[in-house]
Amino acid sequence: MAIHKGIIKSRSISYTAILLLVGFFTWSLNAAVDEDLPQVSEQTTHEMEKADLNAGEIIIGHIVDAYEWHIADYGHTHIAVPLPVILYDQGEWHFFMSSKFQHGNAAYKGFEIAKEGMLKGKIVRKDADGNFVQPIDLSLTKNSLAVIIYSAIIIFIFLGVAKSYRRRERKAPKGFQSIIEPLILFIRDEVALPAIGKKHYERFLPYLFTVFFFIFFNNLLGLIPIFPFGANVTGNLAVTGVLALFTFFITTFTGNKNYYADIFNTPGVPWWLKIPLPLMPVIELVGVFTKPFVLMVRLFANITAGHIIILGFISLIFVFGQASIYAGYGMSIISISLSIFINFLELLVAFIQAYVFTLLSAIYFGMAVEEHH
Amino acid sequence: MELVNPGLGLIFWMTLAFGAVFYILKKFAWPIIIQALKDRERHIEEALQAADRAHEEMKKMQLDNEALLKKAKEERDQIMQEARKLRDKMLEESRIKANEEADRIVENAKVRIENERKAAMTDIKNQIAKISIEIAEMVLREKMKSTETQKAYIDKLIEDRQLN
Repeated sequence: MAIHKGIIKSRSISYTAILLLVGFFTWSLNAAVDEDLPQVSEQTTHEMEKADLNAGEIIIGHIVDAYEWHIADYGHTHIAVPLPVILYDQGEWHFFMSSKFQHGNAAYKGFEIAKEGMLKGKIVRKDADGNFVQPIDLSLTKNSLAVIIYSAIIIFIFLGVAKSYRRRERKAPKGFQSIIEPLILFIRDEVALPAIGKKHYERFLPYLFTVFFFIFFNNLLGLIPIFPFGANVTGNLAVTGVLALFTFFITTFTGNKNYYADIFNTPGVPWWLKIPLPLMPVIELVGVFTKPFVLMVRLFANITAGHIIILGFISLIFVFGQASIYAGYGMSIISISLSIFINFLELLVAFIQAYVFTLLSAIYFGMAVEEHH
Repeated sequence: MELVNPGLGLIFWMTLAFGAVFYILKKFAWPIIIQALKDRERHIEEALQAADRAHEEMKKMQLDNEALLKKAKEERDQIMQEARKLRDKMLEESRIKANEEADRIVENAKVRIENERKAAMTDIKNQIAKISIEIAEMVLREKMKSTETQKAYIDKLIEDRQLN
């Protein structure tokens, strides 16, 4: 731990400033969620009886994954793109479109979308005892489709950039290349090189570039509120969890004997902390798993928080509008200006979170391949 | 609860999508970009070094040029000095030669004038002698015109001889 703190400390002041900013935004966003969200929910539950508007539910509905891609409601018409449902249950595959559920109101082939409980929002089946059980669910959900679309965009962009590098050999970058190049140089020279070291950094570059641009682009595309963008991809634990797992597996498989010696036989620690009770090894081993866990939660929480705040401000307009149409108009001015401000903040957070994820991954890799001191 | 309950389907598709992005970019994008950046950086580095070297060389050349110029100036001065010396010497020599020539001419002239003068003197002497003889002839002729005078003179001469 001391080593990676040292690396951060030795970095120039600007990075300290960025890290402080990250800390501040993380804190402020989380604080904002903690304070604001319950208020919104309280207001809405209060108004629910007469107004039938639940801002909390709407916000969560926009943030979590779904079996259909909801675009808008027009009057009583629900405009949504149905997505394929793929289930494996009791030795049988089931393929059908999510429109069969009629926006969650109907059951199909015994499957339905749970409306409450632990499995709320998931496809479940009632078994013989009347309990809800979950089939193996490989449905192409909203976020799954979004991840595939955004991945295709990322692949398309970077193959194009690679092509322009090949075509414009030894020349100054041009077009999209010149947007990407400073970021690539930043990740290479300011993240990978100082965190991993000159000897090993090059073999981790492809992963660090991929993970940085994947998170950055998904964060940005998630901010565009128009179909097929705006899916809260990086604000989903499944997505951030998979990313964190990649970092975890790479760290685990590239770890040299020093890395494992540091975990199971930590040097510089009194022997009685290791034998007979292996206190230090247990703590270090837990640390191995908390590192990716923290990566997963940090990205998820930051991006989700941003989306919640923006949606909260937008919902405020309708909450006020329920009380009086004029209050709604008045609130819209404040809400829109505030959500514009938060959107700008989110642009910053989109970069910072991608940077932090990449930096921490790089530091973990650096610890895994560190030569003995 | 919904928020922190990730679906298996999304995990599956995400792993597939991210794996594909990672694999494709690792194979077709990153090596090209990393290599291109490295090449360009090396190229720039080399170009800068070359520029530095050229600058250094130019400085050296300038110094060389200055030294060369200085040397050339010195040589020129030396040549000029030598030329001046030579000129002075030549002038001096020609002056001496001219003086000698002039002296010789004057000497010659003096000798010739002396000779001329001597010749003139001899001529004058001869003339005077001739004229004197002629005058004496004329005087004698005048004096000895009469026979008595001749006789008287002859008598005198005989008398002188008889006395001896």
